[in-house]
Amino acid sequence: MIPLSWYLGLSALLFTIGAVGVFIKRNAITIFLCIELMLNAVNLTFVALSSYFGDMGGQLFVFIVMTVAAAEAAVGLAIIISIFRNRESLNVDEADSLKL
Amino acid sequence: MLALIQATNDLKTIGDQVVQLIMPEVILTLFACAALVLDVMLPRGRKRPVAWLSLAGVGFALVSLGFLYFNITSEGKSRLGFFNMIVIDNYAVVFKLIFLIGAGLSILLSIRYLDEEGEQRGEYYSLILFSVVGMMFMASGVDLLTLFISLELMAISVYILVGYTKRDRRSNEASMKYFLLGAFSSGVLLYGISMIYGLTGSTNLANIAKALPIIISPAYEPLGQTVDLRYLVLMSMILMAAGMFFKVAAVPFHMWAPDAYEGAPTSTTAFMSVAVKAASFAMFGRLFLYGLPDLRDTLAGNADKNIPGLPGWAVLLGVIAAITIVWGNLAALTQNNTKRLLAYSSISHAGYTMLGLIAANETGYTGFILYLFIYTLMNLGVFGCIIALRRHGIQGDRMEDLNGLMKKAPWLTVMMTIFLLSLGGIPPTAGFIGKLYLFAGLIETGNPWLVRLAILAVLMSAVSLYYYIRFIRAMYIEPETEMQPVKLAPSLQTALAVAVLLVMLIGVYPQPLLRLTQKAAQAQGLKTHDYDQKKADEGEIERPPGAGTGR
Repeated sequence: MIPLSWYLGLSALLFTIGAVGVFIKRNAITIFLCIELMLNAVNLTFVALSSYFGDMGGQLFVFIVMTVAAAEAAVGLAIIISIFRNRESLNVDEADSLKL
Repeated sequence: MLALIQATNDLKTIGDQVVQLIMPEVILTLFACAALVLDVMLPRGRKRPVAWLSLAGVGFALVSLGFLYFNITSEGKSRLGFFNMIVIDNYAVVFKLIFLIGAGLSILLSIRYLDEEGEQRGEYYSLILFSVVGMMFMASGVDLLTLFISLELMAISVYILVGYTKRDRRSNEASMKYFLLGAFSSGVLLYGISMIYGLTGSTNLANIAKALPIIISPAYEPLGQTVDLRYLVLMSMILMAAGMFFKVAAVPFHMWAPDAYEGAPTSTTAFMSVAVKAASFAMFGRLFLYGLPDLRDTLAGNADKNIPGLPGWAVLLGVIAAITIVWGNLAALTQNNTKRLLAYSSISHAGYTMLGLIAANETGYTGFILYLFIYTLMNLGVFGCIIALRRHGIQGDRMEDLNGLMKKAPWLTVMMTIFLLSLGGIPPTAGFIGKLYLFAGLIETGNPWLVRLAILAVLMSAVSLYYYIRFIRAMYIEPETEMQPVKLAPSLQTALAVAVLLVMLIGVYPQPLLRLTQKAAQAQGLKTHDYDQKKADEGEIERPPGAGTGR
């Protein structure tokens, strides 16, 4: 059987890749995908821990996170579409009408 | 829910005992759905009844909250429900009151503003109601699962509200920035939650609080060998704190706030600057005072084995609060857009509010809740005045738009002045009472670092007067730059009058509100902590080792 630490290591790696991606990517959809990657890394942690503990609480949490991620995707893509309609660009650096 | 029915096997018991606990939320949800349906039934351009319906929903929720208070919590008792997932205690009830007042006033502020923007549609009001449902569960959730899902319910509704004027480029942009950073911060928060679940094996805050003292001992021996889990515990605490700092807009996680506040429709800015902030603080308090009280102070090391003690979250919060107060106030000095300026001012207010959590005595907790209550009223008031300036062809969010307001709308100017002085903390307004309790709480601890923090906060709140007085100067002294008259809609007048009366009333006669917030601060599970406990015998006051004593 694969030990717990491997799962946790993999999810930490995925989470880091997602977090780094949020900062270095410039396309709104790519950033959003990186965020989804972070959420799924968390899901992996929860499932691994939950089966390690033999406790259903963690798996329940995964269902909730997946639902929330789906709702967030719906709203996020709608926002991204409305910004694309007004600007014809998804580059977050060009979204600068509010001064920094 | 299915398991619940199997467990009790008696629907009537559920109806009588458990659903009662979430009755305000149930009412709000029903009204939010009804608002969506009514919106479709009404013809285009005649959507105002939806606003009145939502307002009625808020009113009914207030009534049912009153029943909860008098039936259950007024004596300081609390009740757990839904498999220990939510709790109804005075802390939850007072926060729910704050959200409902904030939502009610925001709806009143919005009605005319949305007409002006040409965006009067029903879903705006139902989104406000849905986000309030989320907030209310944030205040009463005692399980990480409940807290997370209610946080997201609130956040997702507010993302849409920020991008509500979808033809406005600034609103789009604000909404995208808020959404991307908000989703990122919930990811970070969630990773912290998953780590604490892995460490304690539970998502229930009470169980976590029980398990933590065992885990954070440096000689924890789960399987026969010693492991030091303190670094992991600290890391999960920091991740959760970072997620919460994002939500309350504390420096250095504040960059979304000025953009989101400036770009969002002003009525949404008003709502999110008060209710969302109060809700995030409610969750912050639950998470840290209820779930992680043992991480507040230094995590004891072991001098014999050369294991160092590690700092707890009091230090983290103290540093963040200091940076937030200083940076928020300094950055506000140079702003020319009023919404952006108020965004920085609200960042600094988040810093002040955090002081109450750090102080960890009853005065501090009272100040924490009291200040959020008062801040809701005064900040909504200021934004209400800015909404009043939005009229045909004038955006109303530049500093110049305030010029010569005294001649155009004297009453509006007087109300705005009261709100601004209250934000600056000048007696006899409510803001003074709130700040007094926050700073007194810090000074009562007797810890020299915390006293220095209080002095810094007082100094910076003097700095904040500079930019509040800039508003007043523009209104009273500057000559008018445009001649368009300012007319207040009746709903806006009502909201402003209620806010200004409450601000003055609390400033002059705060006792009833104080009693209420003191009850909330005494809620079971909010552990107070004495920073001074070892001063007498060790002669050393700074961060004495050893976990805090619960009340």
